[in-house]
Amino acid sequence: MTWSEVFPLLGPATQQTLWMVGMSSLFTAIGGLLVGVLFIVTERDGLLPIAPLNAVLGLIVNLGRSIPFLILMVAITPFTRLVVGVSIGTDAVIVPLTVGAIPFFARIVESALREVPPDVVSAATAMGATRTEIVRKVLLREALPGLVSGFTVTVIAIIGYSAMAGTVGGGGLGYLAISYGYYRFETNVMIATVVLIVIIVQIIQAVGALVARRLSHR
Amino acid sequence: MIEISGLRKTYRAKRGDVVAVDGVDLHVGEGEVFGVLGRSGAGKSTLLRCVNMLERPDAGTVTVDGVELTTLRRKQLRLARHGIGMIHQHFALLSSRTVAANVAFALEVTGTPRAERKTRVAELLELVGLSDRAEAYPAQLSGGQKQRVGIARALAARPKVLLSDEATSALDPETTESILRLLLDLNRRLGLTILLITHEMTVVKRICTSAAVMRDGRFVESGTVADLLQQPGSELARDLFPLDGPVAIPGATVIDVTVSGADADAPIIADLARRFETDVRILGGAVETLATTRAGRWRLALLGSPDDNSKALDFLRERGAQVGVPA
Repeated sequence: MTWSEVFPLLGPATQQTLWMVGMSSLFTAIGGLLVGVLFIVTERDGLLPIAPLNAVLGLIVNLGRSIPFLILMVAITPFTRLVVGVSIGTDAVIVPLTVGAIPFFARIVESALREVPPDVVSAATAMGATRTEIVRKVLLREALPGLVSGFTVTVIAIIGYSAMAGTVGGGGLGYLAISYGYYRFETNVMIATVVLIVIIVQIIQAVGALVARRLSHR
Repeated sequence: MIEISGLRKTYRAKRGDVVAVDGVDLHVGEGEVFGVLGRSGAGKSTLLRCVNMLERPDAGTVTVDGVELTTLRRKQLRLARHGIGMIHQHFALLSSRTVAANVAFALEVTGTPRAERKTRVAELLELVGLSDRAEAYPAQLSGGQKQRVGIARALAARPKVLLSDEATSALDPETTESILRLLLDLNRRLGLTILLITHEMTVVKRICTSAAVMRDGRFVESGTVADLLQQPGSELARDLFPLDGPVAIPGATVIDVTVSGADADAPIIADLARRFETDVRILGGAVETLATTRAGRWRLALLGSPDDNSKALDFLRERGAQVGVPA
């Protein structure tokens, strides 16, 4: 294929990748924050100690983290069909991507929240702050720089997963690279997709680092 | 203002239970500055954290400003906490907020309207002398400045009581001095009652009206600083004024003399020597300014005849001195 034949393929594929990654990142942010915060507050010395819930959350996160993404993607096909109605295609891929990334991000949220000195939390308690205020204004706000850089890492991991998902019907740059670049020996396509993915990752990393730096006043 | 009785707190540890506070009774009157002195592990931090229920005591009662805290429900406890300020050894400021916003946080949790918050924050920063640093972040401040922010924040909701958890332990001596001066000033101007824990003698010396010495979860002595100084064998007196020099000299009577109040500056030793024509040697001693009083403590050797010496002792006691035998 000549470069002029390659370029028209790149536009839609990039769009698909951005859509998959964008949507799953959004859901991962919500789900990961929720699980991570719940995990921290339900701990024994937490703001709302609930040992059983804490144990269950820990187990789920560990399970999710230990199943290889390729297997997870296939294994949850019925669930995917339940959620989006289909089991292949760009929209369908968002489900396994999110399910795979939530435990990953939840762990990052957990460790970012642990960085907040316990002293600061007990100071807020001593001032008579409510638990909601402590979570919102102390834990999440103080951990924000760490959360942002952790989220950046997560989005980049999702991009990696999305290339894998592409091969089983998700579309996007990963699919392009495999179907043209690999199966049909179209080196041009391979080069173009790799370059594009590298650029996307670089941009995300740069923006993430910048935002984290701006937010940090330590 | 603070009334604690029969307070006990035990922690579960791997090797059996650890009793952190073992039956403490404490009374801090309105406007008093009460210092609990002890080494680390004595249980003083746990005691302090029980006063605002950061730690739940296992037994005993805690009453602050007439409200019994141990039986309060969560919401009422939150409201009661608005009336109890607290400052911390490592300041515990929000790193993501400016100085002004850190102080404002305390007002947000008490539900102060936004418009009011601004004027109150300015007022508080003025009070602690940090008006020009309002927009700085904690990381840009010195330790002393951070503690001033901590104090401003603790006072935001106009509490009657301030709890101080080793507030000067992370500061150098000069900064400690300036923070102590600020606390004393706030105590006098606002009638603020202060309960503090510390391992530094200076803190007790400089600002406390009353004090307790805590060891292994218990108070080994407690009372007003003036009384403790007069109390024979008081550890606090001994630590406040360490006396060295020989405890016995052949042919002489060696005594420790403690005076406080106006007597501290009276020429009591000169009078003694003049009246009895007895030779007096000063072996060691000091006169210090305390929060509420001046106090002096000396180790003396009286070189007269046993008869003269015993008259001299009577004279010292008449003059309000506490006389003891060196330990």
